[in-house]
Parts: sequence; structure tokens; C-alpha cells
Amino acid sequence: MKLRPWFLVVVALAALGLLAAPQLILSAPRETTMGLVQKIFYYHVPSAWICFLSAFVCAAGSAMYLFKSSEAGDRLAVSAAELTVLFGSCMLVTGPLWGRKAWGVYWVWDVRLTTALLLFIIFIAYLFARRYGGPGSRKLCAGLALFGAADVPLIYFSVSIWRTIHPKTTVVSSLGRGMGIPFAFSMLTFTILYIALLEMRMALERARARVDELHIEAEDAGLEN
Amino acid sequence: MRSIYLLLWKDVVVELRAKELVYATIFFAVVVLLIFCFAFLGGPKPTVDVAAGVLWVAIALAGTVGISRAFEREREGDTMRALLLSPVPRSALYISKLVAISLLMVIVEAVSLLLVSLLFGVTVTHFGTLVALLLLGTAGFAAVAALFGASLGRARSRDVLLPLLVYPIVVPVLIAGTRGTVALLTAADPAVAAFWLKFLLVFDAVFVSLGVWVFEPLVAGDA
Repeated sequence: MKLRPWFLVVVALAALGLLAAPQLILSAPRETTMGLVQKIFYYHVPSAWICFLSAFVCAAGSAMYLFKSSEAGDRLAVSAAELTVLFGSCMLVTGPLWGRKAWGVYWVWDVRLTTALLLFIIFIAYLFARRYGGPGSRKLCAGLALFGAADVPLIYFSVSIWRTIHPKTTVVSSLGRGMGIPFAFSMLTFTILYIALLEMRMALERARARVDELHIEAEDAGLEN
Repeated sequence: MRSIYLLLWKDVVVELRAKELVYATIFFAVVVLLIFCFAFLGGPKPTVDVAAGVLWVAIALAGTVGISRAFEREREGDTMRALLLSPVPRSALYISKLVAISLLMVIVEAVSLLLVSLLFGVTVTHFGTLVALLLLGTAGFAAVAALFGASLGRARSRDVLLPLLVYPIVVPVLIAGTRGTVALLTAADPAVAAFWLKFLLVFDAVFVSLGVWVFEPLVAGDA
């Protein structure tokens, strides 16, 4: 499996970040109303950010594959789709835990929650179609990723007509230095981790494509039947 | 434009001869509505929210059944391949499929709307706005369903995949349709319904243009 030269640097940075983040989060001031539960915020928000970022990376890769027939685009798309589901799961597990404490219930049909859940479901469908779709499923999934990405603003808007109780993004700017620095650090670490995971997953796809090529070459040379 | 009309006419004639899709889809919608009646009616009278929701869910469920069958028929006769090989623009093919699906769904909606208003005892005021809401919602649904229905041509487990791909994407249509219908049925609030109408218009514009744009590369390899 051939990895890009910068991969080790990124992995080292992600590892350092993941080692340092718990210390920073622990030393951050305790939030007065929520107490310890507020610390989930350092984990939940970066997960949500990466989930949405990854969905749009997947759509970009899909567009490259559909319109330029770029195999690299397709590899990028499938890797990003898997990571969307992975970070989406982190987001959907940590969110309700916080919600139980803050709102008294695990789930409400709030705009952000609904949008995030539907995005998650669209990418589950992506992976499902990819796995069980058979021939032509790569193109189908590329179409799905494009439609899904275009759908996110519309879902957000349609649900936002309903009541919103999720904390606004303006919360971030009101954090102050004490909580702001660990938060920014978490965001950065998650992004670096995402890049590392994406590259690793794409390297796997590259290796898989190479194996397929070798199989075909071997068949052509009469080595296999 | 002419090729769209010809392709559409082909679908209509095929269906007029077989009548399979219309009957099957209407009957399916009726059965779905009856199941909802068994679930909701019998106790205290449900609110209009329920009637509006039932109407749109029945439309969505019956829609995928009809679309799934329509493309299955194309596949059985291998007519989709013939269409893709013929010298018509792919976008015309997409638009004609979109309109054909919409036509089928409009027939189903007429029956469903009648049944819902009878069984749930709702009186329809602002009939014109409701029809516009249904038409725009149908176009949005069909824009997504036509694209994925056509590109699922050779995929395995098509019947499961179609609703799996279509439903999450058409959620805004269902929200807009249901909320708009509720606004028309309860307080007869045309301003709210007009807002959702505009929203559906935006949805349709986005997804029809995206569909026209993506249809060509999506079905290109299937010929």
C-alpha cells in the first residue's frame, strides 16, 4: 500500500493532537450551568464539522468522477462517504447524550438534528448502494452524493421553519479564551485526523485498483483462468 | 421539444394499452390509505395534520411502487437500451420520463385526495392552491425518482434501493407538501401555503436542472 510522503507527518500531528487534546479539555474552565457534560462539546462539534465537510468532499469527488471520468475522484468519493458515516455516528451518539442533560430528552426534531440525521441516512444509502448495487452502482452513488449535497441546504431551510432549540453557531465566538483554545485545538486535531484517515482509505482504494489491474494483466498473459 | 412529446406519447400509449401501472398504483394507494384508517380512525377523530400526512405518505409510497414497476417494464423489454441508443437528447429522455411519472402520480393523487377527504372528513377549501401544491410536490418527487429509477437499470436489489435513495432526498418535498396542506385544511391560511409553494418551486428548479445535468453521465454507461 503506497502512501503519500506527507502521510506520516499528518499521522504524527493527529497523534500528538489526540494526546494533547484531553489535557487541554481537562484544564479548560468548567462551564457553570452544564458542568462536566459541556465537555462533550469539544468532541461533538468537530465530529459534526467533519461529517458535513466530508459529505461535500464526497460530492466534489463524485462530480469529478461523473463529468471527467476521474477514477481518483471516485476513490475520493467512496473514502469520504465512509468517513461521513463514521464521523456522523460520533456526532449522533454524542449529541443525544448532551441533549439528555440540556433538554431532558435524547432527541428533538430540531433543524440541525434533522438535517444531520438525513445527511447521515443519505450516506448510509450511499454505502448500501455501493455495496449491494452491483454493476453501475458507482455512477449511481455519484449521482446520489451530488443530490444529497444539493439537498442539505433545502432540508435545513425546510426544517428551520419549525422551532430551533439547538445552540447557535454564535456560541463558538462567545467561548472566551479558556474554552476557546481547547475548542479550536479539537477542531484542528479532528481535521488533521480526517485528512490522515482519508489518505489511508484512498491508499487502500488505490491498492485495490492496482490488484484488479494485475488480475487482468495476469489473465491476459494466460497465468490465470 | 418534439422528442419530449414523442417519448411522452410512447409512454402514455404503452400504459393506455396495458393499464397495469395505473390500476396497480391506484390500488396500492387505496390499500395504504385503508391501513392508515385502521390505525387512526375508530378512536377520537384525528387532527387534520394526520390527514395531510397520510395523503403525502400514501403518494410517496404509491409513487415508488409505480416508478419501480415502470422501469422494470422498460428493463424486461430492453426498451431503455433502445431509447438510449436512439438519436434523441438525453435531457429529452429525462424530461419525458419525469412528466410521465408525474402524470401517473397525478391520477393516483386525485383518487387519494378524494379518499382522504371522505374517510378523514376534511373539507377542501382553496382547491386551486392545493392542486398547485400537489403538482409542484409531484414534479419534485418525480425529478428525483426518474433519475434514480433510470440509473438503477442494471443494479441488483433495485426494488429496495429505489426508496432508499429517493426518500431521504425528497424529505423537503414531503415537509413542504404536508405543512402546506395542513395550512390549507386547518386555518385555511393561504399565506403559509403560498410560502411552501414557493419553496417547492425552488426545490423543483434545483432538482430538475441537477437531474438534466447529471442524467447524461449517469445513464451513459448503461446502453
